[in-house]
Amino acid sequence: MVERFRSLYPHYDVLAKRNTPSWNDQTRAVIDVRLGAVPPRRFFTEAEWTTLVALCDRVIPQPERAEPVPITPWIDARLQEGHGSGTRFADLPPGPEAWRHGLAAIDAEAILRFGQRFHRLAAAEQDLILTAIDAGKGRAEAWSSLPGRKFFRHLVLITVAEIYYAHPAAWSEIGFGGPASPRGYLRLGMDRHDPWEAAEEDRGPVDEARR
Amino acid sequence: MNVLADAEERPRASGGQAPDVFRSGGWVPMREFADEEMVDFAIVGTGAGGGTLAARLAEMGFSVVAFDAGAFWRPLDDFASDETEQDKLYWLDERISAGDASQEFGSNNSGRSVGGSTVHFQMVALRFRPEWFAVRTKLGYGRDWPVGADEMWRYYAKVEDALKIAGPVRYPWGPHRGRYPYRAHEVNAAGLVLAKGAEALGVAWAPTPLATLSAPRGKAPPCVYRGFCKVGCATNAKQSVLTTFIPRALAAGAEIRDLAMVGRVETGPDGLATGVLYHRGGVWRRQRARNVVVAGYAIETPRLLLNSASPRHPDGLANSTGLVGKCFMAHSNHAVWGIMEEEIRWYKGPPSMAVCEHWNYVDEGKDFHGGYAFMSQGPLPADHARALASNTGLFGMALRQRMALYNHMAGLKIVGETEPREDNRVELADEKDALGLPRARITFSYSDNDKRLFQHSLRFMRQMLEAAGARDFTETASTAHLMGGCRFGTSPRDSVVGPDGRTWDIPNLWVCDGSLFPTSGGVNPSLTIMALALRTADRIQALAQRGEL
Repeated sequence: MVERFRSLYPHYDVLAKRNTPSWNDQTRAVIDVRLGAVPPRRFFTEAEWTTLVALCDRVIPQPERAEPVPITPWIDARLQEGHGSGTRFADLPPGPEAWRHGLAAIDAEAILRFGQRFHRLAAAEQDLILTAIDAGKGRAEAWSSLPGRKFFRHLVLITVAEIYYAHPAAWSEIGFGGPASPRGYLRLGMDRHDPWEAAEEDRGPVDEARR
Repeated sequence: MNVLADAEERPRASGGQAPDVFRSGGWVPMREFADEEMVDFAIVGTGAGGGTLAARLAEMGFSVVAFDAGAFWRPLDDFASDETEQDKLYWLDERISAGDASQEFGSNNSGRSVGGSTVHFQMVALRFRPEWFAVRTKLGYGRDWPVGADEMWRYYAKVEDALKIAGPVRYPWGPHRGRYPYRAHEVNAAGLVLAKGAEALGVAWAPTPLATLSAPRGKAPPCVYRGFCKVGCATNAKQSVLTTFIPRALAAGAEIRDLAMVGRVETGPDGLATGVLYHRGGVWRRQRARNVVVAGYAIETPRLLLNSASPRHPDGLANSTGLVGKCFMAHSNHAVWGIMEEEIRWYKGPPSMAVCEHWNYVDEGKDFHGGYAFMSQGPLPADHARALASNTGLFGMALRQRMALYNHMAGLKIVGETEPREDNRVELADEKDALGLPRARITFSYSDNDKRLFQHSLRFMRQMLEAAGARDFTETASTAHLMGGCRFGTSPRDSVVGPDGRTWDIPNLWVCDGSLFPTSGGVNPSLTIMALALRTADRIQALAQRGEL
């Protein structure tokens, strides 16, 4: 499967602003930890970790990056440290248990359909499984006590998306201004941007979406 | 995982001083009370209800101790420009969420800080439509409030002045009001999309009245449009309770106890409240008080009352009607998003700079009771990616490619009224939290009327976005704000609290927060909660002067 990501801002790097008035010491400290102190595996078993890496690769594929934005370690850290979200859905087990159960169910589904664990499948096979789980059509027995859509959307997608889009590389690719204190913005109107914001280079994806 | 979290390590407000929110590393003097000292008021919660009330009661000369489970932040030192770091402002303890429209708590509706949810609110400062205070009598649905529109209108003006709300010279809906204290902000591109659509459809729009400064005020600077409002303002331009009423409370001699989780309101053999049992610095302590005010918002307030059961109050405090926790409401928070030809860059400025209250004030042409406001939107990247993925199931390169259009997106989102129904409720779960307190279990579903309302809004907002030039639409569903669960009314037979904010069952137990709301209205609740708090303070003073406290 050929997958290419196309950014409107191929040359924008939000980290270039690190030493400008858009960043203060507080924000530098926070982002330095995110970039430099990626936590080791502590919560998941090796087998769970392998499945989770494969899962994150399908939710946010990063084929163009030699060093992909790390996602799995931050999920592990949250669970290890008991960092909650404020919510437990009544039809899901508590966070840590739901993740373990869900990863096992994904593997069971892969074995049932393709005879191999999830991480060994081709991307198209993996997507087929995820789409089936999201549609509530998982066939593995494990889904009988774990609602597939709830697990997939409200644990997996939400968590992976919020970790990825908390990374400066993701901010750069979408042209987000990033940290903005003490300096904020002056030009707020349509088609206007300050000199310290990303300049759009490729309108192609916009035209495609609006066609 | 939070990097700047000193304030969560140990209480800051102690030793006769509290953080000065306006100075890096600064302190202000704070009066302190001993646990065994009988204070006039112990207030549980320091948000829009409790923080506002604490300031006014202290200014009236009452002795006040206000408790908050959260930290006492100095925004200048402790807040980063970062969504992930700033989740420290939310109530992240697990709540069990059930029902057909089970809600996500945490970021969208629940604060845990001195200053409460106002530390991360979006500053939208709208008044209720006057008819909503007599909504059953005048519009034929819901329940009348035990307070009149004229009186509330006077208190709204006081809150708007206390927060120096920046708003338009003329607001297009409702009866005449005076000018807003500060001039309106320049509307950002996201807001101009709403304006363009409204003008095309022939409905009014307005720059949103906002609780962030458009000019300097004392030690607080005007807004610099950095756009991180929903994760905490690092400059103090935001007029949260933390930067307005809390400094006033301290200056007037109130004590604020941060990192202090109240687990029980205690009652004596006569059934009256005697004080609160609270956990601070690793130990359970007991503060004596002549009056207790519960102001923990619409989940923690019912949870605390239910968990304070005693032989005289076997079903929880103030619960002789069985109504505590019932008729819990959230606003429907549905949205339509599209792609604009123009660059919008909605990350600049407060998230909701333009508002349309058309469907709050027009009653014809609706197939539902109730109303909704809608506003322009400016979600930060992770927030929007979450909403997009969880609502549509979008994942993979398709998700990344959709998010690549971030700077061309525009969206409109409602604050939609929902009906008060007893099936929607807050209860105690069997399971306990880390302090041994029963977790809250919240059940929430939409009624048919609620669904007709948000479906109407989705049609209308899509039409408006299309008229403004947007294409390629997606829709998302969500909820926002917490209300009800301890409604106030005119009769002890069908309400928990009386018109003054005093519970019917226990005369020295009060409620002062969004849980009082008998109906939800179609606007953000903070301004109304604060107006009620100012009114409750005045009622308490009047009762005290008559010797009826």
